[in-house]
Amino acid sequence: MSTAHSAAEAAPDAVKRARWLNRANVERLLSVLSPIVLLAIWELAALFGWMDTRFFPAPSEVFRAAWTMLQTGELWANLWISLVRIGVGFVVGAVPGILIGLAMGLFSPVRAIIQPLVDATFPIPKIAILPLFMMIFGIGEESKYAIIAVAVIYLVLINTVAGVRNIDKIYLDVCKNYRASNLMMFTDVALPGALPMIVTGLKLGMGIALLVIVAAEFVGAKSGIGYLIWNSWQTFQVERMYVGLLVSALLGFASAILFNVLERILIPWKHH
Amino acid sequence: MTIKIQLRGLRKRFEVKGRSFEALSGIDLDIEPGEFFCIVGPSGCGKTTLLRILAGLETHSAGQIELAQDAKEKPGEAATDRAMNAMVFQEQSIFPWMNVRDNVAFGLKARGIARQKRYEIAEPYITKVGLSGFEDALPHQLSGGMKQRVSIARAFANDPEMLLMDEPFAALDEQNKLLLQAELLRIWEETRKTVLYVTHIIDEAIVLADRIMVMSARPGRIKEIVDVRAVFGRPRRVEAVKSSEQYGEMFGRIWGQLRDEVAAASAEQRAEADRELRDEEAA
Repeated sequence: MSTAHSAAEAAPDAVKRARWLNRANVERLLSVLSPIVLLAIWELAALFGWMDTRFFPAPSEVFRAAWTMLQTGELWANLWISLVRIGVGFVVGAVPGILIGLAMGLFSPVRAIIQPLVDATFPIPKIAILPLFMMIFGIGEESKYAIIAVAVIYLVLINTVAGVRNIDKIYLDVCKNYRASNLMMFTDVALPGALPMIVTGLKLGMGIALLVIVAAEFVGAKSGIGYLIWNSWQTFQVERMYVGLLVSALLGFASAILFNVLERILIPWKHH
Repeated sequence: MTIKIQLRGLRKRFEVKGRSFEALSGIDLDIEPGEFFCIVGPSGCGKTTLLRILAGLETHSAGQIELAQDAKEKPGEAATDRAMNAMVFQEQSIFPWMNVRDNVAFGLKARGIARQKRYEIAEPYITKVGLSGFEDALPHQLSGGMKQRVSIARAFANDPEMLLMDEPFAALDEQNKLLLQAELLRIWEETRKTVLYVTHIIDEAIVLADRIMVMSARPGRIKEIVDVRAVFGRPRRVEAVKSSEQYGEMFGRIWGQLRDEVAAASAEQRAEADRELRDEEAA
């Protein structure tokens, strides 16, 4: 080992540089640079008046507004309340979505009963039910949890059903040949077999949840990131509106990372 | 000597798209305990169906199946606790979400054996198929040959009275196939379980089998049963068998039986494809 190691150390600088500047690293660098360059151009355009700053305020102004809002605690408060709404609604929708989906996938009578209800109600844009939910649950937090839950449950349920039904028939043959119990078939085969599709459903559900919460907070709330954006428009504080947009983008980004980690932990066999 | 598997007038009919056809047509067969029995036949002749019926994955339409149950071996263990059979499938059938150890111990878990105990039982079989050190690996980290080794270990670890193997090496390359054949022979010599082995490769059948059953094109019937034991003894070495003079003779004899059936099977497949084309055009 020592000979190979010292040979590498003795390599001339040019070789080292070439190795560092390989294709992957160059592409990584370009990916980091492109948004920075875009922001710089935007900043310059705002500075020299090439762009109407009433609609496109300079990035530095947006960051300044964000900093102020962070210090007053306003940003955290709005972010936190949105996160709670998404979190509660997501769990309330996802858990029954997985359970009902598994039951539908495994037992065809359950599927026969529930599938038409799903098919009939799925096409309704979820945000359209918000007024109804505000009538039922009031204008408090419950109506937000409910609208998120409804948005999430469909995608999780539909994907879970597909996941169970797409399990390779050979695995069920193996269960039968080794005379595995129904419980074991459920825990050792149906659930892990459907897991990749379940996680896909959760991912899609989270995407929809972010969409719905912002829309719900536009009209039915006095707090949250959606409210922040809407309120900034009404008072024409464009920088604050951009802060809201930035935060909602970061939310989407963070949830994507979260689900990638979750995927790696839950379904390590799907990474190849 | 008792008979391990006795089939009398075994028939199987299928209904496909309203058309009914016969897959197996009156199979009479006696298989001895501890025998390595190979079945060769053209594709679609019902050889896999026969195996799946014995595995309890499909029902037969008519006839009798009698399986002799071994006497219970260990005190306190009911004879029914033993698995009657374990199948090794042609396609990849080990669970992608379980590591090698859990895959091998799957049948033991299904029989309600506690975790510690079933790992203990599984371990020597993992070693036997040359996978020690890979106990914690997931299937996607293994090569095709290693995956089939896991599948074989899973079947043997469950200690069934007979093994049903459906072209287990069909997806492997030639060299790996030779290696695994030799390994299978070695493990089988140690355990002497009754094996029913379906293949479409004549060489493989000669190298492995005590007897070879040649099947006709659909509907599957027994065309001939070739006794390999009379020519090649045990223990058997793959190279010794393949380089012997009798090997060529036996190959010629089996292929002679099989050739017309294969021709008949492909003629029928052509006719069927034709019919489907016409149906589609009519529709």
